[in-house]
Amino acid sequence: MLAMSTAASRGTASERHMRIEIQVNGHRRSVDVDPSQTLLEVLRDELGLTGTKYGCGEGRCGACTVLMGSHAVASCTIPAQSAVGAPITTVEGLEHDGHLHPVQEAFIAEEAFQCAYCTSGMIMASVALLRATPQPTSDDIARALETNVCRCGTYPRIVAAVRRAAASVGADDRP
Amino acid sequence: MVGGGLLVVLVSRDALAAPVIGRLTEGKAPGDPQIPEAVSAWLHIDEHGAVTVFTGKVEFGQGIRTSLAQEVAEELRVPMSSISLVMGDTMLTPFDMGTFGSRSTPQMGTQLRKVAATARERLIALAAEHWHGDASGLTAANGRVTDPRRHRSIGYGELTAGRTITENVRDDVALTPASHWSVAGTSVPRVGARDLVTGRHQYTSDMRVPDVRYAKVLRAPSIGATLASLDASGAESMPGVTVTHDGDFVGVTAPSAPAAAQALGALRATWTPVPGDAPSSRDIYEYLRRTPAPARGAGNEGGPSEPFERGDPTGALASAPHRLTQSYTVAYIAHVPLEPRAALAQYTRDAGGDRLTVWTGTQRPFAVRDQVAEAVGMPNDRVRVIVPDTGSGYGGKHTGEAAVEAARLAKQTGHPVKLVWTREEEFRWAYFRPAGVIDVDAAVDADGLIAAWIFDNYNSGPAAIRPPYPIANQRVTFHPSVSPLRQGSYRALAATANHFARESHVSELAHMVQIDPVAFRLKNLDDPRLRDVVQKAADRFGWPGLTHGDGRGVGIACGFEKGGYVATCAEVSVDKNSGDVRIVRAVTAFDCGAIVNPDGLRNQIAGALVQGVGGALFEAIEFDHGVIRNAHLADYRVPRFSDVPSIDVVLVNRPDEPSMGAGEAPIMALAPAVAAAIFDATGLRLRALPMAPGGLKMAAASSTGAR
Repeated sequence: MLAMSTAASRGTASERHMRIEIQVNGHRRSVDVDPSQTLLEVLRDELGLTGTKYGCGEGRCGACTVLMGSHAVASCTIPAQSAVGAPITTVEGLEHDGHLHPVQEAFIAEEAFQCAYCTSGMIMASVALLRATPQPTSDDIARALETNVCRCGTYPRIVAAVRRAAASVGADDRP
Repeated sequence: MVGGGLLVVLVSRDALAAPVIGRLTEGKAPGDPQIPEAVSAWLHIDEHGAVTVFTGKVEFGQGIRTSLAQEVAEELRVPMSSISLVMGDTMLTPFDMGTFGSRSTPQMGTQLRKVAATARERLIALAAEHWHGDASGLTAANGRVTDPRRHRSIGYGELTAGRTITENVRDDVALTPASHWSVAGTSVPRVGARDLVTGRHQYTSDMRVPDVRYAKVLRAPSIGATLASLDASGAESMPGVTVTHDGDFVGVTAPSAPAAAQALGALRATWTPVPGDAPSSRDIYEYLRRTPAPARGAGNEGGPSEPFERGDPTGALASAPHRLTQSYTVAYIAHVPLEPRAALAQYTRDAGGDRLTVWTGTQRPFAVRDQVAEAVGMPNDRVRVIVPDTGSGYGGKHTGEAAVEAARLAKQTGHPVKLVWTREEEFRWAYFRPAGVIDVDAAVDADGLIAAWIFDNYNSGPAAIRPPYPIANQRVTFHPSVSPLRQGSYRALAATANHFARESHVSELAHMVQIDPVAFRLKNLDDPRLRDVVQKAADRFGWPGLTHGDGRGVGIACGFEKGGYVATCAEVSVDKNSGDVRIVRAVTAFDCGAIVNPDGLRNQIAGALVQGVGGALFEAIEFDHGVIRNAHLADYRVPRFSDVPSIDVVLVNRPDEPSMGAGEAPIMALAPAVAAAIFDATGLRLRALPMAPGGLKMAAASSTGAR
């Protein structure tokens, strides 16, 4: 009988837990983390911020995109400890006083989703893009969002939503 | 936020308790595998006029929660805002086969229109009784019955006072014709959109309950391998960890996700692989040809494997002046739903017996309820499956793997158990669209009409296998094969493979007799609706629409399936140095009868085209010795922003025709249209899907060995 082994050592380390403080959506949050935990796991499992999604676990689908400072990052590839000291914004942090962010409004207006599992990540990547490039072309948008997958194929609507948001933000900024 | 998920769920369930109790005491329980006749099984109006609709269909992103509500709003004469749908809950909703096959709109839509129209007429009768008058002349609108002669009106809530409507759904009730629709037929925005852009919507994978245990399941190193030995002592010594071992099933639970991952890693297992040689993705097509399945049907597809025969195809082939024989292949591909399989299972036991509730994203909640019941050895009326609106499926979530696994562990441990598959598990242990080989032997007569057609499909499936062309002499056969990989439904089933082979061959025939491919189709088609979409797609495209040369080419394909008529024109651009193929633009004309929600329909059609780009150009599962070799998004390419062509959708609305489904058929014509466009641009005929996984030169080199 031919036998194969599937045993893999991942270490046993529940005692390795450490307490870290991270800043999420403007609030300081103190959490116990395992060194193996990613920022995504801490956001979802420890802080209950489930708007940020798991899609692939290797930074290839963008469902887990959050802002670290003003940059869009794949939270599934970032060890939780690395988030210490950098302000994190998740989709839950975009709404202010019951008002949606212009990008969220634009996604609704263009109905830029089907199952919407990718939507949080798309929105966060779009917010980061518009901060860096307030008036992006369609090519800019496609390039900036290339690592975000919408398996339902709503890409053209997402491009339209980002353009709409850019137009509305531009209009709001005018004196 | 912590634990908020369950709170939301419990609140919404409690809010429904009143109608539920009424419904469950009425004899024919929801969830019975019969279609209930009582209006009350489908619809409830509370004392405030709020309407709750119960349907076993599920929302996977196709927008059916919205479009079904539109149809109810239309017939019941209530605003959209007063309607909420309870979907895919085996305790609360009537039995349903599942959400697949483009059935929701034609079947459930029609059923709910009859339900709502029956209710509306009953409400008018109740108003007449209330006023001690005659029902004639009373009108229903905006959630109220009005007596225009006496200038009085009464709300539905006051009329029912929360009681159920004790009447059976009338099959002969007058339905509002689509030409008179005011809510149905319009682009009502998606219900729940705000929760989708704020991250507030809770998918199964987002749900949390107090005391939950996180689960992991031990996977075999290759398909079909059996567990030879297991040493679980390392895992079992970890705090809070349980190990469940039953045959080849080994699952661990732990108080946290990292602890569950550590426990899984501490299991020591040996496996016995399947003996003998297994086919690989390199030799799969010859294998499928020579390995017939013992019985009919492969995966989830039913359908005839008896040949369909008419006329004398063999004789007609021999005597026709122009004959062409070719083979086409399609690879196994993965659905890659962005939300992987997930389940939350809760097992309780009290004086009333034991109960198991499982939240999971499946397209067939009732079938999964039965699967779960069987797996845990409980009667199915003690098991409840609830399907939260789910992160897509495309035919890939007919089954309940995660639900069964979580349920076994919940019953074993007594704790609520949450299991979310990894992307890699989804690639390795879900099922695939079948691979297949299709041989076509056909002939054209001197007048340019297709005279003979012999079509043999090995393993793809029988969906849309018969040509829409009225060919006098034809034989069409589906040959199911033994599949080395687990296979099942995929958006449009085998209609995509059969259209790829058929429409590619039709384009080749047109080229052989030197007739324009649009003209050749119009000459050979007699169905007026199919001819119409071909003409409309070609017109909008401006067929042929470009000055040739410069690596550009155009193609067209068309077809009919599940009540939908589709034609797609595609333009491609080929970089002759790099071999890169880009689909520059696609125009699709689609007719699915009376349109319920035009914007939702456009979204579905464009989405189907984008998904079709992957299968057409680059998606393929690679496997060897029972192991999937590209089980990561880094290795399995899906369409991204840069792959998307300019898309133009032509909706053909037919208010006099029944409304049919639209989630599937629009995907069918893209691949053959692109194949024809690549030929137009380069002179290369690509007959294998995907056509250009590594660019065109590699594709051309590797297709020289094909027949």
